[in-house]
Amino acid sequence: MRNESRAAALFLAPAMLVIFVLFLLPAAASLLLSVTDFDIYALADTSNVRFVGASNYQALFGDSVFWRALRNTLYFAGLGGPLTVMIALASALLVNAKLTRFKSLFRTIYFAPVVTSLVAVSIVFRYVFHVRVGLLNQLFEALGLAPIDWLGDPRFAMPAIVVLAVWKNFGYSMIIFVAGLQSIPEELYEAARIDGAGRLQQFRHVTIPMLGPTFLFVGIVTAVGYLQLFAEPYVMTPDGGPLKSTLSVVMLMYEQGFRWWSLGYAAAIAFVLFVVIALATVIQFRLQTARDRAAASAARAAKIVEGEA
Amino acid sequence: MRLLAPLLALLLLTCSSRQSGSELTFWALGREGEIVAQMIPEFERRNPGIDVRIQQIPWTAAHEKMLTAYVGESTPDLAQVGNTWIAEFQAINALDDLTERAARSASVDRNDYFGGVWETNVIDGRVFGIPWYVDTRVLFYRTDLLAAAGFQEVPRTWSEWRTALGRLSTKGRYGILLPTDEWPQPAILAMQAGSKLVDEQKGIGTFREPEFLKGFDFYVQLFRDGYAPLYSRTQVANRYLQFAQGDFAMMITGPWEVGEFRDRIPAAQQNAWMTAPLPTPDGQPWPGLSFAGGSSLAIFRQSEKKEEAWKLIEFLSEPAQQVRFFELMKNLPARKSAWAAPILRDDRHLAAFRQQLERVAPLPRVPECERLAVLLAEYGERAIRTQATTAQVAAALDEKANQILTKRRWMLARKAERP
Repeated sequence: MRNESRAAALFLAPAMLVIFVLFLLPAAASLLLSVTDFDIYALADTSNVRFVGASNYQALFGDSVFWRALRNTLYFAGLGGPLTVMIALASALLVNAKLTRFKSLFRTIYFAPVVTSLVAVSIVFRYVFHVRVGLLNQLFEALGLAPIDWLGDPRFAMPAIVVLAVWKNFGYSMIIFVAGLQSIPEELYEAARIDGAGRLQQFRHVTIPMLGPTFLFVGIVTAVGYLQLFAEPYVMTPDGGPLKSTLSVVMLMYEQGFRWWSLGYAAAIAFVLFVVIALATVIQFRLQTARDRAAASAARAAKIVEGEA
Repeated sequence: MRLLAPLLALLLLTCSSRQSGSELTFWALGREGEIVAQMIPEFERRNPGIDVRIQQIPWTAAHEKMLTAYVGESTPDLAQVGNTWIAEFQAINALDDLTERAARSASVDRNDYFGGVWETNVIDGRVFGIPWYVDTRVLFYRTDLLAAAGFQEVPRTWSEWRTALGRLSTKGRYGILLPTDEWPQPAILAMQAGSKLVDEQKGIGTFREPEFLKGFDFYVQLFRDGYAPLYSRTQVANRYLQFAQGDFAMMITGPWEVGEFRDRIPAAQQNAWMTAPLPTPDGQPWPGLSFAGGSSLAIFRQSEKKEEAWKLIEFLSEPAQQVRFFELMKNLPARKSAWAAPILRDDRHLAAFRQQLERVAPLPRVPECERLAVLLAEYGERAIRTQATTAQVAAALDEKANQILTKRRWMLARKAERP
């Protein structure tokens, strides 16, 4: 036993070392950084660094730009996240349906945006969102609606970013849903049909519960990714314009850290974002376990009813 | 293990290439790097011992890369630096003091440089960069529209300017385009009104002072009176076309735009646009102040080849080379004598720049300059797009600026304590 655990430790050591050096150490260093005023002057001479305690965090919570960025980010994740998951599930169902032909072709098409370079995509989307010649506004015009200045109007810039992000990202979740769908045993559907379940009921009572773990995974991955919104606005609306309506937390961190070299402040932003993401993840886990428990007790109740009957 | 050997070899190689160093490394930014390469053979011919290696750095990454290079102790021998960065690099002690070299030099003659431009390189009386080329802002305007509005001459004072803009702004047309998210226009107008924007010695913002308020008011009022449209940079799809169509009759912009205007404005309007030095607040000498931008050449303190680097600076500063650089790149020379060359002297659109360059001043020479400039644009936009009074917005701007300058004040206080 002793030998075994020693061997285990030996095998684990390289991985632990890598995690320590590449993850724990930098994380600790940046936590340390966030309680200093490390900035451009400190680059010259480290004696210019002052320990400032929580004042970076204090300044951050008193900074209206930070709250703006956090609101923008939550708005983006709150709107874009569920939308991505829903579209991903819908397209997964379509791609996976028995009647669909050329399944792999459609899968590839829907997945293509995920692997396309965002910079190239952004050039195309700038045309899509263009006020006068844009595809979207021409559609609006055909429907008799007033044109919208998608990227120039503070009210519509973020929805425009959401459209781009959903289009770009839903393919990834779709593939995962397809895998989840394929792992549902056909017998369950058969049993449901024998019990007289219609299409919709099969979907509600078989597909959705069986996809539970997939939902959890997709939800967390999407939320974590979307809360770290950066590249989309960075290429579409540089500087988080118009009127900071597309400024995200990570963009703010990048600006503070690498444009102005307020590394202490940027590190504080990073930690606050970390906490937000951790919270979002915990909430999703809680929701999922609550759902599982509810489902389990419902199943138990059903069994009891069956037994009585 | 199989990976390790090539990696080690690579490491050794990169180390040795840094050590070998008979080369002079010169970081030049963007297209300047491409162009200056054509001028180097002449320098190498004249200085047989020196082998110049140019590294082209994209503008967008340059600032970041130089700071990282400084931290990683891998700065080049000399580099092109935007002159608003000088204070920052000087603050981190990255640049070599060029005061003595410049004073001794036979070819770098301080008096041949535009005063305001030279000043951008001077921190606490010491010289840290030699101007390479200059950039400033002047007025671009439609001669025909202005004539139709009853002005044969371009306005020279603020009140004439407002009158002209008032007459030019009719039915969906605007007198002037001032993109709401750009800082140069509000900065220039405030500087014209006498504001220094920042008190460099005290490390405080001066955005509550009457001088700043005068310029800021003038700027914001242009929007409130409908003389300037509420367009940000990205909202103007094609400024050249719109200028040609007469959507706006004036713009305040820089020298690179001369070439763009010549290329992009339709032939029919090519004779209908002109440049002019900026108007000035009433009762003050004309032209009104503009800011001194552009790039300088600076030597890094860690360089071991400062002599050679200085030789290259002297070479690129020669009036003949300045003219050649203009021919190749269309960047305006920093030296007055270079402007005597026919190609510059006889250019009708450049005359305004020549005049303006006599009346330019540096932006605040503090490391936080760029950050404050972005802030100015942000608060300018806030004043334009909301109902708040300019005084309220300026007070908020002042507070924010002073927050950013906190560390600078601490540094200044510490320096005063132990000189």
